[in-house]
Amino acid sequence: MPLVELRGVSKIYHLGGEEIRALDDVNLDIDAGEFISIIGPSGSGKSTLMHILGCLDTPTRGTICLDGTLIHNATPRQLAAIRNRKIGFVFQFFNLLPKLNVLQNVELPMVYSGLSSRERRERALRALRMVDMENRSKHRPMQLSGGQQQRAAIARALVNDPKIIFADEPTGNLDSHTGEVILELFRKLSHEGRTIALVTHDPEIAAVTPRRIEIRDGRISKVIDPKLAGLDRQLETPASV
Amino acid sequence: MNLLPCLAVGLKEIWAHKFRSLLTMLGIILGVSSLVAMTALVKGMENGMKENLIAMGGLDKVLLEDQQIPPYQQQYADDAVGRTINDVYALRASAPLIRLVSPEMALRGATVSYGDNSVTPSELDGVWSAALDMNLHVLQYGRFFTPLDEQRANSVCVIGTGIRDELFGSPEDLGREIVPLGRIVLINGQPFTIVGMFEHYESERERKAREWAKAHPQPKTNHGVARSRGWGRHGGWAFWRKNYTVYIPLNTMWIRFRSAAGTNNIPDPHLTDIDLKVRDLDQLETSLQQARNVLMITHHGIEDFMFQTQENNVENINAAIHNARMSGGIIAAIGLIVGGIGIMNIMLASITERVREIGIRKAIGATYADVFIQILIESVVIAVIGGLAGLGTSYGMVQALSILSPNENTPQITMPAMLIAFAFSAGVGVLAGLIPAFKAAKLDPIQALRYE
Repeated sequence: MPLVELRGVSKIYHLGGEEIRALDDVNLDIDAGEFISIIGPSGSGKSTLMHILGCLDTPTRGTICLDGTLIHNATPRQLAAIRNRKIGFVFQFFNLLPKLNVLQNVELPMVYSGLSSRERRERALRALRMVDMENRSKHRPMQLSGGQQQRAAIARALVNDPKIIFADEPTGNLDSHTGEVILELFRKLSHEGRTIALVTHDPEIAAVTPRRIEIRDGRISKVIDPKLAGLDRQLETPASV
Repeated sequence: MNLLPCLAVGLKEIWAHKFRSLLTMLGIILGVSSLVAMTALVKGMENGMKENLIAMGGLDKVLLEDQQIPPYQQQYADDAVGRTINDVYALRASAPLIRLVSPEMALRGATVSYGDNSVTPSELDGVWSAALDMNLHVLQYGRFFTPLDEQRANSVCVIGTGIRDELFGSPEDLGREIVPLGRIVLINGQPFTIVGMFEHYESERERKAREWAKAHPQPKTNHGVARSRGWGRHGGWAFWRKNYTVYIPLNTMWIRFRSAAGTNNIPDPHLTDIDLKVRDLDQLETSLQQARNVLMITHHGIEDFMFQTQENNVENINAAIHNARMSGGIIAAIGLIVGGIGIMNIMLASITERVREIGIRKAIGATYADVFIQILIESVVIAVIGGLAGLGTSYGMVQALSILSPNENTPQITMPAMLIAFAFSAGVGVLAGLIPAFKAAKLDPIQALRYE
């Protein structure tokens, strides 16, 4: 059973009497441990898709099953709990709180899940170690470079041990070298067994993931899947060929 | 999300905008301190009034006073006897619910002199020894009148300390207490021996001022002849009146000053005052009815008298206090509400500034309630800190007010006033935070994250 299962999901906005289908009858499965990218030009509906997958938004039609739970008609309170425990977000603009230091920023999701301050601290430090940011834990976001900020943001996404991480243009605000480092970090996390969905408009960045889903006008227009091509075995065990 | 991190976030937010928070708090600080100071002022007034009330004879004192003969008895006007010593004897004999009856016969405008000094007492009364208990006098030196003084109409008198100060010098000026027992003074030219002196009566404030002056001696400045400065500077009128009392036996008053006076050589037998004290204040009505029944006999059924109870005074005092408290309280409450509006305003500005932050918090799992509580707590923290600071400031405000305010009663800060003011400030904080908290909590995370 896939981790995420979308069936006939549509999102329809009404703007001045005009119907806008941001998503139109999308079916998508994401398996646990998968590294997937969602590609599409701006306005294609990829952000809407990510918002719906990330429980920030609810679809107009269709069903979503995340980790065995139907979430398409969950209450805002339930959605907040799911976002807190099962989903991690990495944003283009890092979105760290400027008034808190790195450690406090990483602790923030656990504040909302009600962990004790000692456990929060321990887990936050462990997450910072994963992204190699331990020695910056007392710094304010403003004192860090873009890459460091993004790594802190990744630590924050990891800290509650989520089922899936959504990264929305995670390299969009970084120079190409730093972007490489961040992508490398995602690849490393993927190897450790994390499920990661990369949302981007850039096919080059999407190229790091085995499976690529292209969105256009609210529909999935193209799927590049090594499994379908029989390449997955080859990717996983290149030595056997 | 538990409350402690919320509190920490709130405090941090306040600390991040120190000046803005201080300005916002100022409204609450002023509101709370004016509420407390106002209550303290009214409490001081109340204390002063109650002190005066007791100085005038306590709550159970009832005055028997003359009254216009009621219209339906006008034809008997000539037979009205007025208040005489017969009433006193009759009440003593037949009204067991009346504990104490004190007749007084006053001599108005009398002059008491000793050597070159003379003074006009506030009251010169011929009294029985019952007057001591009636007017809550305390005899510090000497004795009060004996039955023998009364019977033989001895020329003796008991004076208050004010009279002593005027005739023999005050201990403040001389540095030592003078007890003029045995001295002979002239009352309207007739010699009287001083046999007793009351203690010095003073209000709480006067006592403090005197003790302060004693502890901090000032170099004495001499500007001409020392003269009496009336009761205005000396605290309450009731205390002044008590200190400037001269008592002589009732019979002496009658024989020495009354029997030879009056129109057509007929001396005036009327008493100036008849004061009563009831045995039990709870049975005031019954007691007065009993006294009325007795007096209706001695007055031949003509109702030319009435009772004046201190209850009326108490009611008046309570009404005055209530009015002062209400008007002051409403003004202070408006101050607090204005402070609350200030908080609401700043909280609204603050959440507009922090839309993105709220979006981030929601994206990583903050619920509606989490955001709501966070904003509400920030507002309450501002209000509560302001309230606490206001309680501190109120002390200074009371000092300032006691200098500025014309009445001579020391303002007193009361615990209930502080609690009410503090609770009110916290309540204002909650109310002011509701709308901003609601606005923040219902922000859509997607919109909020896009917000620049």
